[in-house]
Amino acid sequence: MSSSRPGFRHPDLAPNEAGYTIKDYEGGASTLCAGCGHDSISRAIVQAFFESNVPPHQVAKISGIGCSSKTPAYFLGKSHGFNSVHGRMPSIATGANMANKDLVYLGVSGDGDTASIGAGQFIHVIRRNLNMIYIIMNNGCYGLTKGQDSATADKGSISRKGAPNLLESIDLCEIAIQMGASFVARGFSGDKQQLIPLIKAAIRHKGTAVIDVISPCVTFNNTPQSTKSYQWVREHSEATGTFDFIPLQQEIVASYNPGEIAAITLHDGSIIHLHKTAEDFDITNRRKSLDALEEAREKHHILTGAIYVKPDGQDTHDLLSISDRKLNSLDKEDLCPGNSVLQDINDQYR
Amino acid sequence: MKPTDINHPEYFHKVIDCQYACPAHTPVPEYIRLITEERYTEAYMINWESNVFPGILGRVCDRPCEPACRRGRIQKEAVAICRLKRVTADNKGDITQLLPKVPKEKNGKKIALIGGGPTSLTVARDLLPLGYEIDLYDDQNKAGGFMRSQVPSFRLPEDILDEEVGYIINMGVNAIFNHRVESLKEITDKGYDAVFIATGAPKGRDLADLPGRQEGDNFIHIGIDWLAGVVFGHITSIKKRVLVLGGGNTAMDCCRTSRRLGGEKVKVVVRSPKEEMKASPWEIEDAIHEDIPILDNHVPLEFVVENGRLAGMHFDRVTPQYDEEGKRSLVSTGEPPLFMECDEVLLAVGQQNAFPWIEEDSGIVFNKRGLPELNPDTLQSSLPNIFFGGDAAFGPKNIITAVAHGHQAAISIHRFLQGRDMTSQPSPTTSLTTQKVGFNDWMYDNTVSSDFRFSVPTRDKTKTLKDRLLEVELGFNREVGKKEAYRCLNCDVQTIFDASTCIECDACVDICPTNCINFIENSDELSLRKSLSIPANNLEQSLYVSEPVKTGKVMVKDENVCLHCGLCAERCPTGSWEMLKYIYQSPKAYNDNE
Repeated sequence: MSSSRPGFRHPDLAPNEAGYTIKDYEGGASTLCAGCGHDSISRAIVQAFFESNVPPHQVAKISGIGCSSKTPAYFLGKSHGFNSVHGRMPSIATGANMANKDLVYLGVSGDGDTASIGAGQFIHVIRRNLNMIYIIMNNGCYGLTKGQDSATADKGSISRKGAPNLLESIDLCEIAIQMGASFVARGFSGDKQQLIPLIKAAIRHKGTAVIDVISPCVTFNNTPQSTKSYQWVREHSEATGTFDFIPLQQEIVASYNPGEIAAITLHDGSIIHLHKTAEDFDITNRRKSLDALEEAREKHHILTGAIYVKPDGQDTHDLLSISDRKLNSLDKEDLCPGNSVLQDINDQYR
Repeated sequence: MKPTDINHPEYFHKVIDCQYACPAHTPVPEYIRLITEERYTEAYMINWESNVFPGILGRVCDRPCEPACRRGRIQKEAVAICRLKRVTADNKGDITQLLPKVPKEKNGKKIALIGGGPTSLTVARDLLPLGYEIDLYDDQNKAGGFMRSQVPSFRLPEDILDEEVGYIINMGVNAIFNHRVESLKEITDKGYDAVFIATGAPKGRDLADLPGRQEGDNFIHIGIDWLAGVVFGHITSIKKRVLVLGGGNTAMDCCRTSRRLGGEKVKVVVRSPKEEMKASPWEIEDAIHEDIPILDNHVPLEFVVENGRLAGMHFDRVTPQYDEEGKRSLVSTGEPPLFMECDEVLLAVGQQNAFPWIEEDSGIVFNKRGLPELNPDTLQSSLPNIFFGGDAAFGPKNIITAVAHGHQAAISIHRFLQGRDMTSQPSPTTSLTTQKVGFNDWMYDNTVSSDFRFSVPTRDKTKTLKDRLLEVELGFNREVGKKEAYRCLNCDVQTIFDASTCIECDACVDICPTNCINFIENSDELSLRKSLSIPANNLEQSLYVSEPVKTGKVMVKDENVCLHCGLCAERCPTGSWEMLKYIYQSPKAYNDNE
């Protein structure tokens, strides 16, 4: 019967700069349908964290409910994890982040988990700009309950059931930008060349980094008339530009014509390079980003790549002036410094 | 690159590294799988068909398959292919009913085989079922050739040799033993339709020019002659201090045999550095295990004879130096010669061909090296009815090469005597059969074992050094044999890709444990090799390139470290990957129907 993945990896594959092998970032064997886009996203996550030299134990992966939310079992097997309640991943992530802001928070959700039951949580975590990566594995259907159209299914899209979807769809990237997200991107599970750098940039970004990844459901929503099928996405995707992520430590060797490239420096000094395809597109301009999304939508195109980036935003801790020390390191003496401190404070008001 | 022609019989053959490396192209993974199913007799017969002497080769083969084994590239140590062959021999049932039937009615053609070694026996086995009458001449009283006269019994027990040689002799070979052929004319005058010469490389090299060689003659022996003397009981002892000169397997056999005949301080002295010794690494290990030091970089200078007895030898200490082309020369260190005491010396410094019995006017053309001029494909000599094989053809090699020559010679002799085309070669027999049983269920066990290579148990050396007939290795028992067999990666179960049904979901790319599979823009081979997710730097391994998929990209699979685990096929939603078992049978005379 179906075997687990063999323990051997390519002998030429060296450990990363942090000394970890690719296996240290992998998880258990997937139980999703063969060909599920989510497996490709899982693999992209493994590759991005491996290439980013993030120690696996410095990552917390948190998910809700759904096919997408099962995937944390299939990557980062040595990281912290919490498979939470349907649509409530942002709350759990917020709590964890409050307790220990030093970890890399990776939220994994689906279109049902985010756009339906968890829509409220989604918009409010973005408003607070919680420092996390928020990946939506978006297949436009409820795969775990036999493929009903989800809130991100485009109007008119036809899944395996055969009937066109009657309702308007929610564009999660547009909502994210409107809610003040500081990093918004759209990827496609079938294009890791684009997806891996997007995740790597999201890892380094401070604030909520939303990546809406179109991820075809091979079982229920991969018909030629579905706008979330492999074929449709390949034929209708339009990239905002070729995307490079250059970590801080890495020397920039390539030289570009300045007219063709937008360089955005993240808070830690890492740089995003965008080789633009559209001349007047500026991904740091919120209105232009929204326009670009709407224009693509009118043309029945799917805009992919980095869509909006605001690198210098304040995250939840900054906004709420929370202690520089992570809260879980504060002990009783820090929290109850004693009567004399209280007296000093009171004296200030006398 | 153009799409790979997977219908070419050699493409998937090359993926089965072990089989490809085996001169006789034994279907290794096929017999190893049968061991896991405890089907030892069938496993033995698969071997027997290809390499004729599974029990013998399971002990003393040079194992070109093992350095080629794919597992060696992912886990350092190859599958113990050779010792698993022995497992099939040790556990098989009665095979006499499975041997090919030899027709009572002969086809009227008569063949002489000169020399009773593995090559001639293979020719006999391949041609007897076709109705040929075969006379086999040998100067020993039994067949086996150098497997009998030179390979010591502690590595290859006589009963094993007798059994496997016997299967062939009993098929109806007319054996003329104890008959040393002294003249080719004597044979050709008898009116044979074809003559096959496989008389080995029977002459051990001497160091005739070394000072003291003549004076010390009583104490200096040619290694292969000395080993034969031991086998036939003419030599039963050796003095305490022995020097063995040479770094090949004969030297290893000489030193280990010396230890069993009374040699207490036995040393092997080699001219070259240890790393360049010709002996198989495991035979060197076995010698060291029997307390035999190996001294490298010592060039013999002279034999020192005192009062009519050999006192020792002088050696020049050297260091290897390599020129720009990598050619080695041994340069003296300038230190004074080193004197090593000894009572007897065994020379194992090479073997040469010798055909003193072939008349100069025979019409057979010999080259400068004293070897016959042959068509390398057909093994036919300058006389069309005379063929050569084994060590007699191209100089000293090994048993498995001799067997391969035997198969080829049988094909050539058959074609020649049937008046058929000799310029082309018969094709191998191949088949591809599905391994799919059901959903994620395969006919082969696709779980990849993480076990390290199991070591073969041996008898204690306090016992084996006392008795030269006592076999040192005990072989795997069934349980360990099975575990070792599970280490095989089933490289004969091929991954076959259909670009027309692929939806490019990347499921195969994502699941492949060793990153073999890529979907990229096509290019020339060198660029493709560089641009794979892990560059394909092992140039000996092929790239499998598909027809373009829908987006215009191509699937490129680096065959190098594919584990044949079948996960690509398990995770493919459209069945674009299939697992098919490729069986490759190299051609034999008895199925050459082209």
